[in-house]
Amino acid sequence: MTATNSEAVLPAQGIEAPRSGRIDPKYLRSSASSGSFEMVAWVFMRVSGAALVVLIFVHLFSNLMVGEGIHQIDFAFVAGKWANPVWQFWDLTMLWLAMLHGTNGMRTIINDYAEKDSTRLWLKSILYLACAVIIILGTLVIFTFEPCLLDDAGNLMDYSPSFCESVVN
Amino acid sequence: MWSWVGHRITGVGIFFFLLVHVLDTSLVRVSPEAYDAVIGAYKHPIMIMGEIGLVGAIVFHAFNGLRIILVDFWKQGTRYHRQMLWAVMVLWFVTMVAFSIRHLMIFFEGWEGF
Repeated sequence: MTATNSEAVLPAQGIEAPRSGRIDPKYLRSSASSGSFEMVAWVFMRVSGAALVVLIFVHLFSNLMVGEGIHQIDFAFVAGKWANPVWQFWDLTMLWLAMLHGTNGMRTIINDYAEKDSTRLWLKSILYLACAVIIILGTLVIFTFEPCLLDDAGNLMDYSPSFCESVVN
Repeated sequence: MWSWVGHRITGVGIFFFLLVHVLDTSLVRVSPEAYDAVIGAYKHPIMIMGEIGLVGAIVFHAFNGLRIILVDFWKQGTRYHRQMLWAVMVLWFVTMVAFSIRHLMIFFEGWEGF
């Protein structure tokens, strides 16, 4: 049952693939042009996925499971968090990894289900544009955020987190 | 097969929430009033149920994703993929019971009515 048919065994080396010398390289499956991007994307999904489990679980726990949970979330809460560079870096890393992970997942799904070339091109163009806009917007918000806002009279606004009082006065 | 379908559906759902979530958080740069008004919507009872659904999708995608990593990189991964799917479902259930109880308790404690 397990005996091999000697005529079916191919030599390991020495014989080229059929018609390999007569076909334009762009039609060959072995072309090296797009191979490494998909490999990098495959590894990225696993590495970023593992990191995102930690990043998002801590994000959900610290925002929803401790203190007053959902009720504590307001302007002052965000301002208080981003006063700490660790949370700035945390949210920045989460933003970039989640957007790239999600965009690559959506790219895979578009490639799987959109059969027309023009449909794929359109959907992926919209996807990449949305991804770029959200990453740039989110990054700018994290780094240009001003927690201690003053009103026209120069007084601290009601929404400010408590640490602003020592910063402004 | 069904874990693959579930992974795709939860992934797409989480992706669209992520777009909305970055936009609503960006309102801190517009004004405190704008941010507080929009984030207040997340404290409505309907949204509380939505948050439990969202976290359910995230927790499934996370645990099933870790299972995929183990299938790909652990030597015994393909042999135990079925047992690991059971582990994913048990861990998902336990995590979701804990999260839902805590989230609902906090919600009812601070809820000021409609």
